[in-house]
Amino acid sequence: MADLSKLETRTIGGGESGFVTTKFEALLGWARKYSLFQYPFATACCGMEFFSTASPRYDIARFGAEAPRFSPRQSDVLWVVGTISQRQAPVLRRVYEQMTEPKWVIAFGTCASCGGFYDNYATVPGIDKIIPVDVFIPGCPPRPEAVLDGLMLLQDKIGRCDRTPETVKNTLLAEGADEALEKLYQIRMKP
Amino acid sequence: MSKLILERLKAQFGADVLEVSSFRGDDVALVKPARWVDVARFVHDDPRCACTYFVDLSAVDLCDPRTDDLDMDDRFEVYVIAYSVEHKHRVRIKTRVSGDEPRLATVIPVWSGANWMEREVFDMYGVHFEGHPDPRRILTYDEFKGHPLRKDYPANRAQPLVEYRDGTFNKLGPFLQDEGMPLNRSAAPDERN
Repeated sequence: MADLSKLETRTIGGGESGFVTTKFEALLGWARKYSLFQYPFATACCGMEFFSTASPRYDIARFGAEAPRFSPRQSDVLWVVGTISQRQAPVLRRVYEQMTEPKWVIAFGTCASCGGFYDNYATVPGIDKIIPVDVFIPGCPPRPEAVLDGLMLLQDKIGRCDRTPETVKNTLLAEGADEALEKLYQIRMKP
Repeated sequence: MSKLILERLKAQFGADVLEVSSFRGDDVALVKPARWVDVARFVHDDPRCACTYFVDLSAVDLCDPRTDDLDMDDRFEVYVIAYSVEHKHRVRIKTRVSGDEPRLATVIPVWSGANWMEREVFDMYGVHFEGHPDPRRILTYDEFKGHPLRKDYPANRAQPLVEYRDGTFNKLGPFLQDEGMPLNRSAAPDERN
């Protein structure tokens, strides 16, 4: 996709109305990010938190993402909500393959992101082993605020035409949390 | 709870009941595998026992792969829990089968609810139930090799149905230090905590 730095939007005054120049991708991304049809692939307890996010108190409709589509062909965002077992992996991949472009994937919760505490024969250690993921939302389960953070992060990425995977950051982390995360990352990467 | 069932079993089967114990209302009898179905039938049919309600059937792998022989004679302990709605008492009947080709007769003719439980025990431990009408795996998939709850099954061996994508997955772990456990999938087993 287009390079982020090359996207620019300029407003030019001319007469009474004026006009705007922009890149086509930027316009397209702007149009897409406020109309996300979602496919909730809810398999576990995170589903409860997803319902909560979708219901009026947190109201995911504010972000233009209120329409769930239970047909992969009509949906833009695949929410993988919960643990994915090895036996379920072919189903998930097939659902992903049936979605039409453009499509995005959100890994909702720790299990979908990395397998969570299921470190065993039965569970896929993160759905990015099977399908590409755009946004990881950590939490067991994540609070609706974190989910909305993840959705806004995705919208941001769509607007920027950026497909690199990103993780929702905990904005309430104390000082030095980045070092702690880095250390954790080193532990994980140990051979 | 009375030890009525255990006494009835001892009277009926004598030396084929190897061991009985009773702890805070849990009555347990260990029987010879050859009399497994007979004991189940007796507990179900005898009017004083009348354990017509099937609660559970599962197994335990008793071997320690570091010290024991995997083919040891009493490696798998299969147990069934039955309850009597009429008399309001419960009994657990156990038996032990060999690690080398573990086989046991099915109790489906006694309690038809045992069907899926026996499939699960076969799936997880590889105990074959002779006479089972549908002896397939139930939780894992047909492509799965081995039996995951056996003590000699490696704890970190996964058998993915979908090939994993190529590339490195250097995302930051979603776990924080105060969120339970470290991301230790790639660490050696003794480094886990």
